Amino acid sequence: MSETGKASSSRGVEVAVMRSQLGRVRGLGAAKSGVHHWWGERVTGVALVPLSLWFVFAIIRLLGAPHAAVLDWMASPVTIVLMLCLVVATFHHMHLGLQVVVEDYVHTESLRFLLLLSIRGLTAVLALLAVVSVLRLGL
Amino acid sequence: MPDIRDALLVARDSEGRLIRRPLSPHLQIYRPQITTVLSIFHRLTGIALSVGTLLFVWWLVAAATGPEAYARAQGFIGSPIGWLLLFGWTLALFYHLFAGMRHLAWDAGYGFQKHEYLRSGQAVVIATVVCTLLAWIVGLALR
Repeated sequence: MSETGKASSSRGVEVAVMRSQLGRVRGLGAAKSGVHHWWGERVTGVALVPLSLWFVFAIIRLLGAPHAAVLDWMASPVTIVLMLCLVVATFHHMHLGLQVVVEDYVHTESLRFLLLLSIRGLTAVLALLAVVSVLRLGL
Repeated sequence: MPDIRDALLVARDSEGRLIRRPLSPHLQIYRPQITTVLSIFHRLTGIALSVGTLLFVWWLVAAATGPEAYARAQGFIGSPIGWLLLFGWTLALFYHLFAGMRHLAWDAGYGFQKHEYLRSGQAVVIATVVCTLLAWIVGLALR
């Protein structure tokens, strides 16, 4: 392959390529990003390992518990902070994950745009609802 | 050619004519294997858990609204459908958790040998079942 933006095989097939070799090496397309999404998914994933384990055990203990028991549980600053971490990490992780699912399977441009926008909005609203609820319960 | 990757798809057939290389066969041609099945389940459980967050947020909002709203949410969660959803939620969560940790190991460059990814796949399934049952046994015993 040459620097002039042409790809050729040993048999002399030559195809014009609309992309510079430097652009190819840098790996940044029109989105100007990509690694950011990948890292976001991993970092939130790592955070969610201990957080979700903690939450599963907390929630199973609260199964069928009266309202006062939830207030008691949420009275601790540790619970509030862990819940907030859980909520933020969960909904960020969920946003990134669902985004990839839509990008992989939905090929109609208008529907894809609508779904990506809905996912962004929905995950943000759900996260805010959860954060405000946690603060209202605990503070 | 919009992209250099298209150039890599150009080849010649046995007659010497220029052709595009064939793409891999469609999904239904392949025999299901532990690698592919677990990969699909990782995505499916991710979607299921996303739907499950609706229940989680409902429960939290209800608890923050007051005892009556909380009792309503609790009534649903305490119903047979609620218990089933909750059990499914823990199962999906543990699966996604362990399969996700397997993915993180791959991201770090470990576990790509055939015997390694077969064994780690089996470990994910076993850990999911064991931890789901254990969580419920411990959780119910502590009530």
